[in-house]
Amino acid sequence: MEIENKIWDKNECLSRDELSALQFRRLKDTLSRAGRVPYYREVFQQCGIDPSNINSLSDLKKIPFTNKSDLREHYPLGFLAVDRKDIARVHGSSGTTGKPTFVAYTEADRNLWADLCARFLTAGGLRREHMVQVAFGYGLFTGGFGLHYGIERVGASVVPVSAGNTPRQVMILQDLGADAIICTPSYALQIAEVIEEMKVDINSLNLKFGHFGGEPWTEDMRTRIEQQLNIKAFNNYGLSEIIGPGVSGECICRKGMHIQEDHFIVECIDPATGQEVAPGEYGELVFTSLTKEAMPIIRYRTRDISRIMYDGCECGRTTCRMDRIVGRSDDMLIIRGVNVFPSQIEEAILQVEGVAAHYLIEVDRPHNLDEVTVHVEMQPEFFSDKMSEMQAMRDRLLHEIRVIANISVKINLVAPRSMERSFGKAKRVIDRRVEKGIL
Amino acid sequence: MKINQLSVFLENQPGRLSEPCAVLARAGINILTLSLADTQQFGILRLIVKDWQRAQAELEKAGCLVKRSEVVAVEVEDTPGGLERLLTVIEEGKVNVEYMYAFSCRCQAKAIMIFCFGDPDKAISVMQAKGINVMSGGDLLGV
Repeated sequence: MEIENKIWDKNECLSRDELSALQFRRLKDTLSRAGRVPYYREVFQQCGIDPSNINSLSDLKKIPFTNKSDLREHYPLGFLAVDRKDIARVHGSSGTTGKPTFVAYTEADRNLWADLCARFLTAGGLRREHMVQVAFGYGLFTGGFGLHYGIERVGASVVPVSAGNTPRQVMILQDLGADAIICTPSYALQIAEVIEEMKVDINSLNLKFGHFGGEPWTEDMRTRIEQQLNIKAFNNYGLSEIIGPGVSGECICRKGMHIQEDHFIVECIDPATGQEVAPGEYGELVFTSLTKEAMPIIRYRTRDISRIMYDGCECGRTTCRMDRIVGRSDDMLIIRGVNVFPSQIEEAILQVEGVAAHYLIEVDRPHNLDEVTVHVEMQPEFFSDKMSEMQAMRDRLLHEIRVIANISVKINLVAPRSMERSFGKAKRVIDRRVEKGIL
Repeated sequence: MKINQLSVFLENQPGRLSEPCAVLARAGINILTLSLADTQQFGILRLIVKDWQRAQAELEKAGCLVKRSEVVAVEVEDTPGGLERLLTVIEEGKVNVEYMYAFSCRCQAKAIMIFCFGDPDKAISVMQAKGINVMSGGDLLGV
């Protein structure tokens, strides 16, 4: 299918000078809004920044990075820059402590969010006459709602199926005939598999394109999604701390995701030194919000590894583009789009009587969907001849991991002292997806 | 009246079942009966042997995770309905059966069932009151 180029907002096509001027104006506003946050007020004092008196965009680099841990330390809403009564929405992402990291939106933020999603959806072919099936989860996760608002903003129709129940998902695709689908790329492949299992003729569906995000994926996955679903697949990127989906997305050229630079300043740094890398080189992405009200965020370290390209794009947008995410700068695992830290699994294991703190997390993607097996050592005194007691121990583990890490896993109980002991830092994660080159 | 049973934890990996068997074979310990309870992820091998203390020591020495527990051996008629009559007695006595399996023996017209009861003492008195033969360790292991 041919998709025509269409640009949602003229701000996507500003000259560099115009863009810099706009960014500078907005940065000043953002810093003064951020000055209402006690954490940033202190940071500004320490580095000698007067938000009302910055001279250039490069002054931003005098401010230290904001880390996920800073957000966690100010749980739940310590980064709020507006009155609580002005919050229109709270979303969240998972954290290492079992508590989510909350992010807040004012009405204007939510409006902006809808616009940003409308931009990349438009860039990737969405028009008013289309119907879109949203198979992203609706909830604290920003994916479902963000895309939902973007589709509405474009004026297209939304079918908010949410994630899960794939046969039903397929049935609705058939019956309502959505033009586009929105979900994680791994779920798209799962849907494709079920379509095949159900012996549904792919040509009987009306699907033409899809927008996929929420987890890193590869060109190989794109090819498979496009072949199996007979669609054009577009990549988009976002994270709740910045705004959710809408930070960047692909245009029809699909040579990287255009970053909405009039609303976010992006930097790409060496994760080890914090120094900016040259354009086009891989590094960790760092974002500063320019227009968000409820939770302005300054130089947020995403831990996502990518690279930024500043050369022009045939689509006419002048914004820079980021490549797909190639990895994480720390050990965080992304399991079906959910951020999971090994420490969360550890915390969950420690909640359960009868198992030892010796464990190994094995991640694989055997059938297009991430699967996690947690191998856990049993404590000898808790071994029982009764299967019901053993199952109960396993069920408690499943439950705790579900609650704390927000993922479903398989549990493999192993005998005491059967797991490899290592000196120093134990190897806690085996990621077969990396070994197989999927990620 | 209760019998000592050894349970061995088995990881779900090839060869894990033969390991404890090999240990007992090397020690010259005969397995009188066994049952295997398994899930996809792990299994529990339950054994009855004559010299359970020595068997447990040998298994543990070999690195097996072993638990001793008490079970009850009950004689049933080796005829259609024999087991059903026994279970009815247990049910009427309102005793919970955690699991059960058959004891392999070569005795005429009688079969022996091994039971793990929620409350073994109550189960024994309920059964004995109905004239059911609950076997002692000596009876059983002398088979």
